[in-house]
Amino acid sequence: MRLLNASGCLDALAAPEVARELDGFVTKTVTPLPREGSAPPRIAETAHGMLNSIGLANPGRERFLADHLPRLRELGVPLWVSVGGFCAEDYAETCAALGDVEAVELNLSCPNVDEAADSAAEIVAACRAATRLPLYAKLSAAHPDVAEVARAVAAAGADGLSLINTLRGLALDRGLRPVLARGSGGLSGPSLKPVALHAVAACHAATGLPIIGMGGITTGRDALEFLACGARDVALGTVLFSDPSAPGRVRAELDAACAEAGVVSSDDATGIAKSPENSRKVPA
Amino acid sequence: MSSVPQPSRRSRSRVAGSERVGPYTLLRLERGALDPGVPGQFFMLEAPGRLLPRPFSLCLAPPGELAFLVDPIGPGTEALCALERGDDIAVLGPLGSGYRLDVERPLLVAGGIGIAPLPYLRERLGGGTPVLLGFRSAAHAEAAELLPGAQVAIGPELVTDLVPDGYDVLACGPEPMLHVVAERWPDSQLAWEAPMACGYGACYGCVVEIDGALKRLCLEGPVLDAARVRKLQFATSRGGVAA
Repeated sequence: MRLLNASGCLDALAAPEVARELDGFVTKTVTPLPREGSAPPRIAETAHGMLNSIGLANPGRERFLADHLPRLRELGVPLWVSVGGFCAEDYAETCAALGDVEAVELNLSCPNVDEAADSAAEIVAACRAATRLPLYAKLSAAHPDVAEVARAVAAAGADGLSLINTLRGLALDRGLRPVLARGSGGLSGPSLKPVALHAVAACHAATGLPIIGMGGITTGRDALEFLACGARDVALGTVLFSDPSAPGRVRAELDAACAEAGVVSSDDATGIAKSPENSRKVPA
Repeated sequence: MSSVPQPSRRSRSRVAGSERVGPYTLLRLERGALDPGVPGQFFMLEAPGRLLPRPFSLCLAPPGELAFLVDPIGPGTEALCALERGDDIAVLGPLGSGYRLDVERPLLVAGGIGIAPLPYLRERLGGGTPVLLGFRSAAHAEAAELLPGAQVAIGPELVTDLVPDGYDVLACGPEPMLHVVAERWPDSQLAWEAPMACGYGACYGCVVEIDGALKRLCLEGPVLDAARVRKLQFATSRGGVAA
């Protein structure tokens, strides 16, 4: 089990000590051209969650490769590069330009990219042709059948899945105006966990691909539940905002949660929620 | 200037006391190993029962304590105001960059809850620094007791109309007030405000137009030289996080 950050939830250059507590650092999504991102306000707290409308703010591919990536390499943490774009070529060109990194996460679920199964598959296929790096497809659970999308990207050559991205949401202020300047944003935090667990279980059953589970993980017990549903690795997102020491804490709690559930090691936990003979080992 | 957080710097602090100051609450925490930092720097305080912490600049640094002035304007700040002696909360800080103290003729100017960082700032400047405060009502102006000898304007009178020439202005307050200060006193230092989820550069939520581009206030500020924000485009600010 590897512990990562969810893309966009940590700046390893601003907080290297936090990144070094992880088994890999996932960058903010890199797009071909620089993006300043959405106008503020960009964040809103909701019941058991938060909305963000950061808007894929990033320095663009050229500056990322020339400036950010070399500095990130100096941290000594395995690097996962989140790649975004607005057509398959955008993604493929960035994949082709990446040197030696741990893996690529294809952000197929940002608000400006069509989430149709064939579109996601087209992007994965184009990237597959452009790189030998491991490709993880980050999917949205907003699709009526996320397992169908997972099967499509698996067939197109994805090596793994990142599940799930934020879900679109809207919050109003006291004057009944949207809190976010952009209107809607992505919902993250504990309110996402049941949706994410379902997506992980469904995609694990549908594809058997390695899955990075994420969506509201706050404790080691949460992480164990993602593993039990079929995730091989897990990522921390919103919890990093309130608790930069979450990586070490969640890791320690996961060991304790495994012991309590009768699981020898977190590496043995993947998919056990599906096995009837093991179901009693996982407290409800 | 960036502040690199150490994960170990998030610690738990016990509430030493809590007092009403006009409509605000002065929340006193046991200092423990926390560094009070430079005036204008901020701390992320856990808001009990809420998902996200809230940013506060340090108001006072009495021996063994750190004190924060809280305006109860939403569920998070209300939860902080409800804390009682002996409760404990998670604290991360000090974060960001504070005021430069190497000014010749400092004048402190604040509007409303913008008074928060001034008592500690005045203490670090030597104690006798003149202070101008603006409040919307006499009830809010009770907070002026935190700065003995301060000159107080109560709405509709504007505190910015009281500022004499020839001073180095160090200001904190609502965004419209800071814009006025930035225009009239281009060498002033301004403690800006923005909704923040993390306080250490992770969430990208607190961007403000700085030097003509959207930049994270938690890393660039919260205290900014006026010249860096004078052409601000986003002239209205509505709090994103229900404070």
